[in-house]
Amino acid sequence: MAREMWKGNEAIAEAAVRAGVEAYFGYPITPQNEVLEYLSRRMPELGRAFVQAESEPAAINMVYGAACTGARVMTSSSSPGISLMMEGLSYIAGTEVPMVLVNVMRGGPGLGNIAPSQGDYNQICKGGGHGDYHPIVLAPASIQEAVDLMPVAFDLAHKYLNICCILIDGSIGQMMEPVILPEMQPVVRKEYDWAVSGAKGRKRHVLSSIYLDVPTEEKVNLRLLGRWREAQANEIRFKEYFLEDAEYIVIGFGTAGRIALSAVRAARALGIKVGLFRPISVNPFPYKRVEELCKQAQSILVVEMNTGQMLKDVETAVRTRVPIRFYGRLGGVMPFPDEFVHEIQEMIKNPGKPEDDPADLWYQRMMAR
Amino acid sequence: MQTEFLFAGFGGQGVMFAGQVLAYAAMDNGKQVTWIPSYGPEMRGGTANCTVVIADEEIGSPLVNHPPAILVMNLPSLEKYEPLVKPGGVLVVNASMVDREVQRKDITWVSLPCNEMAEEAGDKRMANIVALGALLELLPAQTLKDIEVALKAHMPGRHKHLLPKNVEAMKRGAEYAKKHARKAK
Repeated sequence: MAREMWKGNEAIAEAAVRAGVEAYFGYPITPQNEVLEYLSRRMPELGRAFVQAESEPAAINMVYGAACTGARVMTSSSSPGISLMMEGLSYIAGTEVPMVLVNVMRGGPGLGNIAPSQGDYNQICKGGGHGDYHPIVLAPASIQEAVDLMPVAFDLAHKYLNICCILIDGSIGQMMEPVILPEMQPVVRKEYDWAVSGAKGRKRHVLSSIYLDVPTEEKVNLRLLGRWREAQANEIRFKEYFLEDAEYIVIGFGTAGRIALSAVRAARALGIKVGLFRPISVNPFPYKRVEELCKQAQSILVVEMNTGQMLKDVETAVRTRVPIRFYGRLGGVMPFPDEFVHEIQEMIKNPGKPEDDPADLWYQRMMAR
Repeated sequence: MQTEFLFAGFGGQGVMFAGQVLAYAAMDNGKQVTWIPSYGPEMRGGTANCTVVIADEEIGSPLVNHPPAILVMNLPSLEKYEPLVKPGGVLVVNASMVDREVQRKDITWVSLPCNEMAEEAGDKRMANIVALGALLELLPAQTLKDIEVALKAHMPGRHKHLLPKNVEAMKRGAEYAKKHARKAK
């Protein structure tokens, strides 16, 4: 397969096409516009559905409808647009229909800016929409990883009848890297016994997220939880670098994770035995693996482009086994590797205690700068 | 082995494309490469810039704070980026748009009238390619031949007839840098 230079957003769009997406509905917002732009040309070319809706709520409800047919459907947006979609996402989760969501995060809260950020980790992983539901969230750190995960995202959405989100930030959306795109898959419509596919000669299928009978709603919630527990058991993904002999471990996802790779290499060149753990499935989060890493780590540095949202998941896994240090940049600031190298060095000099609050100490340091 | 390049100028001066051409050449040579634009509101009219990282292994950060090679096409970019060149690194300045010398003594630099040289080579829009030629003379990460091949393969079809002129522009930039570069002290 040819290695070609692709812009992140366009590569993701083409990878979705190759993964057999039958329908796309969206609304423009920077820094994910190229997904929409690319698909507006590409989808009609293949006789597939593309609709630029009048708003994000309209787009997500079109996705909802199309998902009820059992087809591979998706939308994409960026932070403020995702907020507008939250009601629809909750309805989709409650109706137990599959969809893929691409979230190209930007600086916030509010209108914020168009720079890369990881400030929506909690929103997408921990809910955002109302009710007890758990989307599967994959956080690639490069364009190659993003395109490789597109077919996986559709497979997971359909396997678990759930929302599967590809969570990236504006830098991955806007940058160019050489990639090998996945093979073109034929469009296959799975035969679901719940799908709305024309009721001629059979009983109507009714899809809804409304359960006025309370005990029935409890059962639905337990069914959602059952599928989520299966995903937790089977869908953990991560990547490890230089961990064999590592005494110190950096943990970061997505762009912060790839910046940390540069920092870890630089620290290794200084003779520091440090490695990198990069979660790819951030929901379900690789708690067990992080817990295991506590056996070899003297301390852990968590890096994010937010105030420490994934940090809470790391803390859940680590409990107070080893000290954790946190370093975050906010509002669309992309950290440089040097900043992380400095943090690694400071962590070794002053490891702190396992019961310290890393987010609090980081805030104190930020305010003292 | 990893090398980082930063290209900066006004929107419309071709800094994004100059970076892309270098990125394509590196990719065609089997390298790992990232190209990342600064895509703030400054894309419309203000200063624009992009960073290219070329490496033999998986690339971590697509940005660095002190690139060893910087190309500036205008004065605001020189003001902003001259202090950021890695000590011992290289700086190429488009003298057509800059009325001062480079102050740093610890870097190798050349200041060349890219606009006029591009015009002499056949099209004033090739100022970016003149500057790229000079940059690669000072830091030969890819050969001029590699760039020529990349231009041929990745230039939009409607511009293909400009290939010989671009090659000429690039060569003139490289020759100028060879003759006039000031070495780091």
